[in-house]
Amino acid sequence: MKAVPLSYIARNLWVRRVTTLLTAGGMALVIYVFATVLMMSEGIRRTLVDTGQADNVIVLRKGAGAEINSGVGRGAAAIVESLPGIATDAEGRALFSKEPVVLNNLPKRGSGKPSNVTVRGTSELALQLRPKVKMLEGRMFRPGSSEIVTGRAIAEGFQGAGLGETLRFAGRDWLVVGVFDAGRSGFDSEIWGDSEQMMQAFRREAFSTLVFRLQDASQFEAVKAAIEADPRLQLEAKPEIRFYAEQSEALATFISILGTSLSVIFSIGAIVGAMITMFAAVASRIGEIGTLRALGFRRGAVLVAFLLEAMLLSLVGGLIGLAGAAFMQAVNISTTNFQTFAELAFQFQLTPAIAVKTLVFALFMGFVGGFIPAWRAARLKIVDCLRAA
Amino acid sequence: MPFLFKLLLKNAFRHKLRTALTLVGLVVALSAFGLLRTIVDAWYAGVEASSSTRLVSRSAISLTFPLPLSYVQRLKGVEGVSGVSWANWFGGIYITERNFFPQFAVEPASYLALYPEYKLKDEERLAFIRDRQGCVVGRKLADKFGWKIGDQIPLRGTIYPGTWTFTVRGIWDGAEAKTDESQLLFHWGLLNESLRKRAAKRADAVGVYIVGINEPQNAAAISQRIDAQFKNSLAETLTETESAFQLSFVSMSEAILVAVQAVSYIIVIIIMAVMANTMTMTARERLAEYATLKALGFGPGFVARLLFGESLMIALVGGALGLALTLPIAGAFAAAAGTLFPVFQVSELTMALQMLAALVVGSVAAAWPAWKMSRIDIVQGLRHVA
Repeated sequence: MKAVPLSYIARNLWVRRVTTLLTAGGMALVIYVFATVLMMSEGIRRTLVDTGQADNVIVLRKGAGAEINSGVGRGAAAIVESLPGIATDAEGRALFSKEPVVLNNLPKRGSGKPSNVTVRGTSELALQLRPKVKMLEGRMFRPGSSEIVTGRAIAEGFQGAGLGETLRFAGRDWLVVGVFDAGRSGFDSEIWGDSEQMMQAFRREAFSTLVFRLQDASQFEAVKAAIEADPRLQLEAKPEIRFYAEQSEALATFISILGTSLSVIFSIGAIVGAMITMFAAVASRIGEIGTLRALGFRRGAVLVAFLLEAMLLSLVGGLIGLAGAAFMQAVNISTTNFQTFAELAFQFQLTPAIAVKTLVFALFMGFVGGFIPAWRAARLKIVDCLRAA
Repeated sequence: MPFLFKLLLKNAFRHKLRTALTLVGLVVALSAFGLLRTIVDAWYAGVEASSSTRLVSRSAISLTFPLPLSYVQRLKGVEGVSGVSWANWFGGIYITERNFFPQFAVEPASYLALYPEYKLKDEERLAFIRDRQGCVVGRKLADKFGWKIGDQIPLRGTIYPGTWTFTVRGIWDGAEAKTDESQLLFHWGLLNESLRKRAAKRADAVGVYIVGINEPQNAAAISQRIDAQFKNSLAETLTETESAFQLSFVSMSEAILVAVQAVSYIIVIIIMAVMANTMTMTARERLAEYATLKALGFGPGFVARLLFGESLMIALVGGALGLALTLPIAGAFAAAAGTLFPVFQVSELTMALQMLAALVVGSVAAAWPAWKMSRIDIVQGLRHVA
């Protein structure tokens, strides 16, 4: 079967520029929303998954789910610390950190609105335990002092959290001696200080979590079994990577469900737009359709020609929308993760999978919008067409 | 005038399929716009429902830090305070995480006294106060899970380990539509006794104090007096009105709310593009007619009026249909979302905005074709074949 040439199809869109642009513009907006939402949920997931380290293990109280709900007594911490299989650094110190994690309500820069920030007590080994974290300015806090270091997003976003400034909480003034960059992971939204100092200042009796490095990631099952078998410990161990992935679940799922259902509703509007345009295209070219058929093009060829026209139209819209969404990658946003109840800064992430998904969605809209008009065009009788022209 | 109206009506429905499709687009877009605005409103429902005669005192560090129970007497002594109660967030899981609803451990008698909008029968209130294992639940929550008085409700604790079982002793109805009916309240005493036995260091701790005041206009002064009482202690307080307290939760998810709001306007722009397209096509096809009208002596204003009128008529019909559909859609959405949104109502402002959006869409869509058609050259127009 001979097909109608593609250049004919493309030129038809160009002839009716204003209509094409309006229709494609509507589709572009739908695609823009669809892509941004996917990028947002990917950004949240990526940020939290990146926070975990493959061979790190995190220990929480059974059933706690989040760090702030958890509590691990000093006795229990000492038992876990003595387990075999924990890695050591060059000086022979165990890569093991006992961390109190609390939420602190701090005002944002600019708006002054308060938001919860995670404050984490840790040890000087924190940087070795989490190699993705690098000091950006200043230095690490000194053990045993009221010094803190802040994540990049916190230093920029909250009052008194920049280098050299002081934050007042838990009855003390804490001097910010350094700002760290955690490679766009969740730690960028945290404040770190000395573990024992935090315990005293916040009058805590128990740590929130224990984090340690394994000599070899394959030993995880053995360590987990040892912790669960010990009747003195009401604790559970998880690979850090899985723990943080779980923390992103609720927010990422919520955003992607909200966004997808919105996009589906929107797409109805855009499909209607495409349908109107294509019906008009068919109606104004009845004579041409008759001529094409008289020249020997089959019904199928006419159907395909109009369908391709609709899909080309939606592809243009899709590409415009995707281009707009790509710019969103430069935007930093932060919101409260309702699972941890704390501030989380993240970025929109465009992945090839999202780009493909988005364009397929655009083509689908074009297909649905174009099918009925194209069907109608293909069903016209040659004689009627030529007479109408 | 009736002549113009008749002409508009005939014109609008000349192309039945196109008009119908445009209307479908309008209806979908405007009801989605209404639904999104209602979702945003629902987020603020807690703020709307808060009373001006209640203050909330929490730890100045953050909500996750408790305050000592000993503050009760000192709070009662603060000038202007008429009643004090307290509550702890329990955060239990009913069967699975998906069944989320708020649970609070409260001091029953004083708490219910501060929340008169929770309408409980007197015998139910007494039964709850007398039974340490008892709880009261909101009507909406009870309906969702089919709970009746006397049912046992097991909750798996996340903050307070173990499985806790409560007996439903009462179901409250909200005094107003905006009152929260999706909570569960039980005895703070029960929680505290259990903590004393198992984790004595966590006992006698209060999440937030609810402070009743008689004169709302003194709220700021009383808040300052309370915070001054506990300044420089181990547990400093931060006292604010209940609505400010609720607002601080809403502002945490502000980024998402702003996005939803932006999206609700984007959909109006999408439909504007669709509608403008329809009007442009219509105008192009009727070029010859407009030229004829002008040749007959009708001015450019008449042609513009024709186009505006037609566009506005379609937009308003679509707007009205969309508005009519919003209510059942919102109802279905509220039923599906269950206790996620304690209050879900389409406000009058939303309805007004929907009609305004329809009006704007109708006039913007006609602007460009109307301007172009009122300026067409008669000779060229007559020569043109659609």
